[in-house]
Amino acid sequence: MDENSSARLKRRLLSVVYRIGLFLAMLTICLPGLWIVISSLRPTVEIMAKPPVWIPQEISFDAYVSMFSGIGKGGIPVIEYFRNSLIISVTSTVIAVAIGMAGGYAFARYRFRGKSSVFLGLMLTRTVPGIALSLPLFFLYVRLGIIDTHFGLILAYVALNVPFTIWLIDGFFRQVPKDLAEAAQIDGCTRWQAFWQVEFPLAGPGIASAAIFAFLTCWNEFALASQLTRSVSAKTLPVGLLDYTAEFTIDWRGMCALAVVMIIPALTLTYIVQKHLVGGLTSGAVKG
Amino acid sequence: MATVSLSKLTKRYGNIGIVHGIDLDIADREFIALVGPSGCGKSTTLRMIAGLEEISAGSIEIGGRVVNDLPPRSRNISMVFQSYALYPHMTVRENLGFSLKIAGAAKEDMERRVAEASAILGLDTLLDRRPSQLSGGQRQRVAMGRAIVRDPDVFLFDEPLSNLDAKLRTQMRTEIKKLHAKVQSTVIYVTHDQVEAMTLADRIVIMRDGHIEQVGTPDEVFRRPATRFVAGFIGSPPMNLHEATIDDGQMVFASGERLPLPGQFKANVATGDKVVFGLRPDDIYPTGHGISSGGAADVHQIELPITVTEPLGNETLVFVEFNREDWVTRMLNPRPLRPGERIAMSLDMSQAHLFATETGKTLRS
Repeated sequence: MDENSSARLKRRLLSVVYRIGLFLAMLTICLPGLWIVISSLRPTVEIMAKPPVWIPQEISFDAYVSMFSGIGKGGIPVIEYFRNSLIISVTSTVIAVAIGMAGGYAFARYRFRGKSSVFLGLMLTRTVPGIALSLPLFFLYVRLGIIDTHFGLILAYVALNVPFTIWLIDGFFRQVPKDLAEAAQIDGCTRWQAFWQVEFPLAGPGIASAAIFAFLTCWNEFALASQLTRSVSAKTLPVGLLDYTAEFTIDWRGMCALAVVMIIPALTLTYIVQKHLVGGLTSGAVKG
Repeated sequence: MATVSLSKLTKRYGNIGIVHGIDLDIADREFIALVGPSGCGKSTTLRMIAGLEEISAGSIEIGGRVVNDLPPRSRNISMVFQSYALYPHMTVRENLGFSLKIAGAAKEDMERRVAEASAILGLDTLLDRRPSQLSGGQRQRVAMGRAIVRDPDVFLFDEPLSNLDAKLRTQMRTEIKKLHAKVQSTVIYVTHDQVEAMTLADRIVIMRDGHIEQVGTPDEVFRRPATRFVAGFIGSPPMNLHEATIDDGQMVFASGERLPLPGQFKANVATGDKVVFGLRPDDIYPTGHGISSGGAADVHQIELPITVTEPLGNETLVFVEFNREDWVTRMLNPRPLRPGERIAMSLDMSQAHLFATETGKTLRS
């Protein structure tokens, strides 16, 4: 065998190895999600079976049907939880992104006293686990009378997300060359117009990804929400999962079905927005 | 009418001075080049004129109007950036028409002016492309087109050609010159390339460490440099400069070699003065292979060893050793030479320059 054909063979073998490796990695990532979907469609006996039953014997949508069939018939107030989740997640995301844009822009473009300390301070707040704050927050919210309200949870989520959105958006504004905003100002724009006409569209994909991250954080958050909400009027979907636990039993099938219901909107949103997350939009702006 | 006038213009960042109170008057339709090494304050000066940088002291007038605190959009200027700064999310057409759109121009007017500008710069076929689909030279032309469309009082160019390769740079240089002839606006052009400055400008402003060293026509700064710095900065290859001490009508160099004092400086120096002697490569040539610009009135003959030769076809740069350093000389109508060979050189002393060692200023009266 000559050198060329052995190199070719080696290349092909390597590509097969890569594919197998990739498949295993994807399997590890996707298996829990797949398991939830399967578990939502099979009876509890099968879910709890030892040794595990890998291939479902019978498939039924009973869990989904009963979920929507109202209180007393095995149902839970999914619609209300869904509405709460949507209101809280969307509002806090919009606020966090708005603050993140203002803050990120300031960090990316302006020089001011104590800039790096403020930035470091913001990042340090991320090191505090949310659950550690839940008890003090609970007392505070009770005093303020905002426990078990949309407003209370929105406030907590905005505080949780702002450092992250500032950090992410700062990075995206840094990638937009400063020259472009200056060129726009020379072309007759005010600072404000230069931002909206030139810098914002270019940092758009970055801001969109910050928004997705913020939204998913709120949508999936359980620890704080379970402490700060208790009634149907404020409980979010993750907290709603607890409705499937009773004193002595846990309805695993129902829980999995609700988890699937929770995942679908998040998945859809990510799918829609990911098309816009195309990098390299600034290529061609400046030499390089 | 757009004259530009800077008076005592100063820029400081904290305690660090960048531009130290410069004065400059630019006439209407004049092409001025600000030239100097990196960090000399030329770009900062341009950005202050554009309104992108606040001024620390002094004043800027454009067309007789003080614009010190006006934002860029109120100064009626255009600027071409070194990086081009094209809007990547817009097509060439949108890039060209952006300033008109912001100004709220009528659609027909906008189309007409974009068409005019693209015709001048040959961009007609590129109007629907995005900047990322253009070559460097085309991007440069779009950047210039964007500047023309506004029909500004003053064009500002911030090293517009430094990102292009050598061939394209020469081509675009000619285009800028043609453009200025067509649009007849006042132009302030910043560059670190003295060839660009010499070829394009009506007057050149040479800056160093935030000060203006000399303002003059290309011919003036080349033939009558006011300082040692200007002498060394303008001209390619650069002027040969050597320190010497005056001794009884002669210049004595560190190596002990002597040259006669150029006649035009005899009255201005005395024995014991420390001077810097300068002579351009064109004014030192192998005897019989040069054209003396001074009419060969005061030619000194000397024999020197060759260290290196650089043949360029029509001429050869001959490096000869003088005062333990290399002297660059220009040989027209060249013949083959060997390093080490001693060669008879003609020094046209009527073209020589003398600067005071201490101040760096010319000793020409």
